Amino acid sequence: MKSDLLTELPGKLVAVEGLDGSGKSTQLYLLKRWLELQGLKVFFTEWNSSVIVKKATSKGKKRQLLTPTTFSLIHCTDFADRYERQVLPLLKAGYLVLCDRYIFTAFARDAVRGCPRTWLHNMYGFARRPDLTLFFDTPLPVALSRILSGRPQLKYHEAGMDLGLSSDPYESFRIFQERIYHEYLAMSDECGFITIDGSVTVEEQQKKVRNLVAGSFDLPSYRWKSIA
Amino acid sequence: MKFYGEGLPGVDTSNLAGKLIVVEGADGSGRSTQMELLKEYLEGKGHATVDVGLRRSTLVSDELREAKQGNVLGEITRSLFYATDFADQLENRIIPALKAGFIVLADRYIYTLTAREIVRGADRDWVRSLYGIALVPDLVIYLRVSPSQLVERNFRKNATLDYWEAGMDLGLSRDIFDSFIRYQRLIQKEFTLMQQEYGFHVVNGNRSIRSVAREITARVEGLLGI
Repeated sequence: MKSDLLTELPGKLVAVEGLDGSGKSTQLYLLKRWLELQGLKVFFTEWNSSVIVKKATSKGKKRQLLTPTTFSLIHCTDFADRYERQVLPLLKAGYLVLCDRYIFTAFARDAVRGCPRTWLHNMYGFARRPDLTLFFDTPLPVALSRILSGRPQLKYHEAGMDLGLSSDPYESFRIFQERIYHEYLAMSDECGFITIDGSVTVEEQQKKVRNLVAGSFDLPSYRWKSIA
Repeated sequence: MKFYGEGLPGVDTSNLAGKLIVVEGADGSGRSTQMELLKEYLEGKGHATVDVGLRRSTLVSDELREAKQGNVLGEITRSLFYATDFADQLENRIIPALKAGFIVLADRYIYTLTAREIVRGADRDWVRSLYGIALVPDLVIYLRVSPSQLVERNFRKNATLDYWEAGMDLGLSRDIFDSFIRYQRLIQKEFTLMQQEYGFHVVNGNRSIRSVAREITARVEGLLGI
């Protein structure tokens, strides 16, 4: 497990982090399209998407069976499934792996729920650090308004209702997101985040993202090799 | 009561009036039989008991069972699935029962989970930290039975050996019988290591049901101050 973490792999891992509504998913999607249009080997994965774990996660959420610990564990299980079966093998196969949310999401959210940080860091210890981590720093009111405009149905855990921050889901969500934001800021240096200003236009952000990626990796080397 | 490590956030262990008794051992070691006898004995003495075991959580037991059948889980994923199952039972069944003053009888605990994972190459520190959420039991009974005895008892029960209890996924042998013996020896080695670290009461399970039950009862009486 430990040796796997340090050896250089043919593929590269790019992660995006940020609050809901920070614009990270849009930016990652645009990046993905740009890379694909250049004929590069790209794989995309997002948080909380493992098929195997999905049933248990939704069951748990529906019946409010989840505690901070089981919530954290089940998301780590989801992550581990995608990591073991997809992320790591694809890195070994020379792909550019794009992750919408990575271990830092867990570090931030689960810590806000009260999980000990050392326990969290150890539990996710099997996962390689990304080659590039982009943190989309969008002003809290902007991020919140993107999610909350139109008064959407906020789900119980999504709003952090289990934390008893407020009896109003929207207020709860606001406070919850603010706390997550502060966790992100606190880990930014140690975790090597490259901060992208989320308050500029989509196009400007994407330009910066593309420059960073092109500057960090030898992109042409990730082209599909034609089979002669 | 204490936790092994950093424990569970938001859980106060100062008011757990009950007792946590763990019975460990391989399939065929006599665990289920001994736990039933122990339960009868305790209930006879007026103690309320609750039993818990691996893969019985509401949260993930179905998914775990399906995944086991399909054999599709990576090692870390499987470990985490079991850890989730364990944590769910710990928080939703064990702790509430202990708060209510019940005696909780746990059919296996983090020790089997740890042994299984270490034998499969998991990082020891990783596993130890993960299970830092577990409560330290009041009593751990480890039913040690020789692998050859285990084989006999398993055959008597089912006429087959379980794929996972034979460690067939490890490729120790293409023959399930050989694999079982080898695997159980590896597991026992881990238990021997853990026994020193955690202080189990090792009970010779090769004996008759009644002799084993007598020894277990004596240990439990010692714990409860009967």
